[in-house]
Parts: sequence; C-alpha cells; structure tokens
Amino acid sequence: MIVHSSPLMRATRLVLMACGAVVVLFPFVFMVSTSLKPQSEVFSSGLALIPQKWAFVENYTKALTRIPMLRILWNGAVVCAAIVLFQVLFALPCAYALAKLRFRGREWIFGMVMLGLLVPIHAISIPLYAAARSMYLLNTLAILIIPFTLSVFAIFLFRQFIKTIPDDLILAARSDGLGESAIVWRIILPNAWPSASAFAIFSVVAHWNDLYWPLISVSKTHLATPPLGLLFFRAAEVGDDYGALMAATVLITAPLVLFFLFAQRLFIEGMTMSGLKG
Amino acid sequence: MGPRHDTHETRAAYWLCVPSLLLMLLLLILPTLAVGALSLTDAELGSSSYNFLGLSAYSDLLADRRFIRAFKNTAIYVGLVTPASVFLGLMLALLIEAEDSLRSFFRSVFFLPVVALVVAMASVWQYLMHPTFGPINLLLNAMGLPSVNWLGSSDNVLPALAIIGVWQAMGFNMVLFLAGLTGINSDLYAAAEMDGARSRWSRFWTVTWPMLGPTTLFVLTITVINAVKVFETVATLTQGGPAKASEVLLWTIYQEGFVFLHIGTASAMAVVFIVVLLTLLLIQTRLLERQVHYS
Repeated sequence: MIVHSSPLMRATRLVLMACGAVVVLFPFVFMVSTSLKPQSEVFSSGLALIPQKWAFVENYTKALTRIPMLRILWNGAVVCAAIVLFQVLFALPCAYALAKLRFRGREWIFGMVMLGLLVPIHAISIPLYAAARSMYLLNTLAILIIPFTLSVFAIFLFRQFIKTIPDDLILAARSDGLGESAIVWRIILPNAWPSASAFAIFSVVAHWNDLYWPLISVSKTHLATPPLGLLFFRAAEVGDDYGALMAATVLITAPLVLFFLFAQRLFIEGMTMSGLKG
Repeated sequence: MGPRHDTHETRAAYWLCVPSLLLMLLLLILPTLAVGALSLTDAELGSSSYNFLGLSAYSDLLADRRFIRAFKNTAIYVGLVTPASVFLGLMLALLIEAEDSLRSFFRSVFFLPVVALVVAMASVWQYLMHPTFGPINLLLNAMGLPSVNWLGSSDNVLPALAIIGVWQAMGFNMVLFLAGLTGINSDLYAAAEMDGARSRWSRFWTVTWPMLGPTTLFVLTITVINAVKVFETVATLTQGGPAKASEVLLWTIYQEGFVFLHIGTASAMAVVFIVVLLTLLLIQTRLLERQVHYS
C-alpha cells in the first residue's frame, strides 16, 4: 500500500494500537501478577500489580502438587506429537495420490475428503465413545490419539500444496527408479515442508486446546491433557484460591506461548496458511 | 503412455490411499452413519436394549425447551462474537498494515490470545470478571461506574462469554485479513489515486474493501463456525448456567449424551448440529459463487 503518513496520523495509529495491546495483554498481566499474590491480597489489593508479600513458592507449589502438573504437560506434548506424526504419515501419501496420480475413483475419494471436512469430532463422539468403551480403550493415552490419526483437512491442505510441485520432479524421480512410496517420503515430503510445518502448528494448537474429547474419554487425573487437567485442578480447589489457580494457568499456558514467542513467524504463517486453505 | 502404465499407476495410488481410506471409514464414515441410526432409537448408554422410534426424536427436539434454549443461546453468542471479532480483526489489520517499524511487535501481541490455552484463559477471565474483587469491576468503580455481575447473572452471561470469545478470535481474524491485504496489488491504489480517490477513506472504499471481499466472506464463515462450536468457556465457567442462560449446543449434546446417557436424543441433536454446519458452508459457497472476482 502506498502510504504518505503525516506524523499526526502515525501518532493516532500508534495510540490506537497501544490501547488495543493493553486490552489484549490485560488478562496475561493479571494472570502472572495474581499468581504471585497471597490469597488475602487477591481479595484486598485492588488493581496493584506488584504483591506486597510474595506468594510465589506457595502458589506454584500448590499448582504443581494438587494435580500431577508435569505429568499432565507431558501428556499434552505426547498426545499432540503423536497426533501430528500420524496425521502426516497417513495424509501425505493419500494427498500425493489425489494430487498427482490418475486413477479410477480419485474424484470419489476427494469428494469423501470434502464431506469429511464437515463432520467435527463433537458430532460423532457418541459412537466413538461406545466403540472405545467396548474395546477397553477408555482412560488410556491411546484413545486421546486414535480418533485424530486421520485428518481429512491435512489431506485437503497437502493436496493443494502438492499440486504446485512440478511434474518434472516426479517424472525424474521415477526415471531414477524410485517407487511411488519412496517418491512420497524422499521427494514430496521435503518439498511440502512449508505446508507440513504450517499444518503441524495448526494441529498442535487445536489439539493442545481440545477439551471435548479428553473430557469424555478420560477420567483419571494422571492421563489428563492440559485443559482437562486444569478442570481437575479447579474441581480439587477449595474456595476462591485464585493465586494457586493463576499459577496453574501460567504453567499450563506457558509451553505454547513460549514456543510461539520463539517462532512467531512460523506460527503466524502456519495458522494463516492453514486458515486460508481451509 | 500405454494402458500398462495406467494399471501400475492405479495400483500404486490405491496402496497410497488405503490406510487413509480405512481410517476414514472407521473414524468418520461409520461413526457418522451410527449417529444417524442412533438418532432414530431410544438407546441409552449402558443398556443393550433399545426401541426403534423413527423420527420422533427429532419432533421431540422441537418441543425440548432445553434444546431450543441452547439453539437460541448459541445463535445469540454467534451474533455477538462474529461482527465484533471480524470488525476488530479488520481494524487491527489495517492499522498494522500501515505501520512499518513496530508492525511485527503488534502483530505478535494481538495474536497471543490465539495460542493461549482457552480453558486457562477462561479461568483468568473468571478472575477478571469476579463480581467483588475482579479487576474489571474495580476499573469500572474507579471510573465511577457500578459493578457488573458478569458471569453470575442470566442477562449478562452470554455477553460476558462473547467478550472472551472476541478477545480470543480477533487476532486470528487479523492475520487472515493481513494475508488478504498483502494480496492486493499496489498498482490498484495508484490507479485509484489517479482516478481521484485522494483520501485514505475513499481509497479504502474503492480498492481495499472490494478487493478484500473473498477474504471477508471467508473470515466471516470461519468465525461463525468456530463460534457455533463454543464449548470450552461454557464447560469451564458456567456449565450452562445460571438458570440455563448459557446453555449452548455442544454443552447440551455433551450433557445429554455423557451425563444423562440418553444417546438417542444426543445423537439427534448431533445430527441437527451437523446440519447447521452444513447449512453455513452452503451459504458461504453460494455467496462465493455470486461474488465478482476482481483478481
């Protein structure tokens, strides 16, 4: 865009953005501040951000011990990593076939992928739960992963991207004697890396946040993912102990937020790309 | 290329697709059909006997006051979150687009809520909105305004949840609009200026807004669909209360199926839920087809 900004214009813009930033950051600031305050100050200190008496150790000890916090964060990491791994493992070959190979039934399969995009996990959770129960899979880490191993969205996204990879590259690989599956992992995957990492970020954000399915399929605290773990924490909490609750939210929010702060561009581009293609 | 190559290619394609197709069948197609079938019965979780009822579950839904309430509340929530978060997302994108030195700083700040765990931030908002010692009410009092009972009153609970929803969604909408803005050819602005669109305001209406059409429609759709799926904040903060004032679709389906164990009724609700999403996407596709493409 061509901009000939006057200093006044720019100042107005900066003031507006600064106000917006204050509003957006407001909850984060109070989250950290309150996690450092003793209970009495939470009730009485008003809008003061710096505690008079620090309760850092007390609050964070509660947050770490009232629920198995580190175990819960670890569960979240394992579940998200496994989900992304399986999603790419299953979706990429299918996406490659849909994008670059000609075979009977291709349109039909693609149609099913598009229909699959319409059905969220929430709508089919009842039969999935019944099946998991009959196979004694409830209250396992596996059941937190299995329903998400196939992502039709990943197939759709990868297909769009693979279409832009030149055919010559694939023909050359074939004449070098590579089989189709070797082409997928040795040629397509390295070339589709931008869309794979974009999707990975999108998927991790979605599954790190998901509460619905863990709430249904897991009732043991040591198997909880971060959102469910926080619900257990809230249930175990007595009265309005906001200091400890905020300490727990800091610990549970930190991993993804720190990851984002270290890889901002990757995150924003990843979410935008997945968003726009979806 | 002869037919032999084609059979080879076909066989390779099937092998590549089989794992995905198998999972699609097990995790998506069969469960969807099962939901449809269960919605025609009075099945209950834990009991193996059930009766076939036909479509009566659906006609019962029309008279189910709780479900109607959930439907209405979801619509109100969507109606509050969508315009606010789309408008604010666009404003933030326009402000950031015009800025160069502090651009990436502000972009990251506004994006931060998107990567913060919803359940955790809902807990933070619960503290911020606490009726007696919550910072929001203290701020209101400091400005001479009365306290508001945000999450505890049936009149305020949906707007309060919507504030959290907007806070969470606007950063995502902003980056989508930013992507749309970078796609606009800068020659168009030069041309508009030559044609007499001298002010920033008139350039916005002659170039930016029409060129952003497809992006805006897309952002609208994705916001509506995400807002229809509101669950985390309700499950964490209000559990549908007070007095069913924040009863929303997914919360009702969850309770009906997994707390009251009426899986027949819950399945019928789930089918309605899928139909709602399908309708929203059909509307989007229709509008997209009707839209004039400038690019």
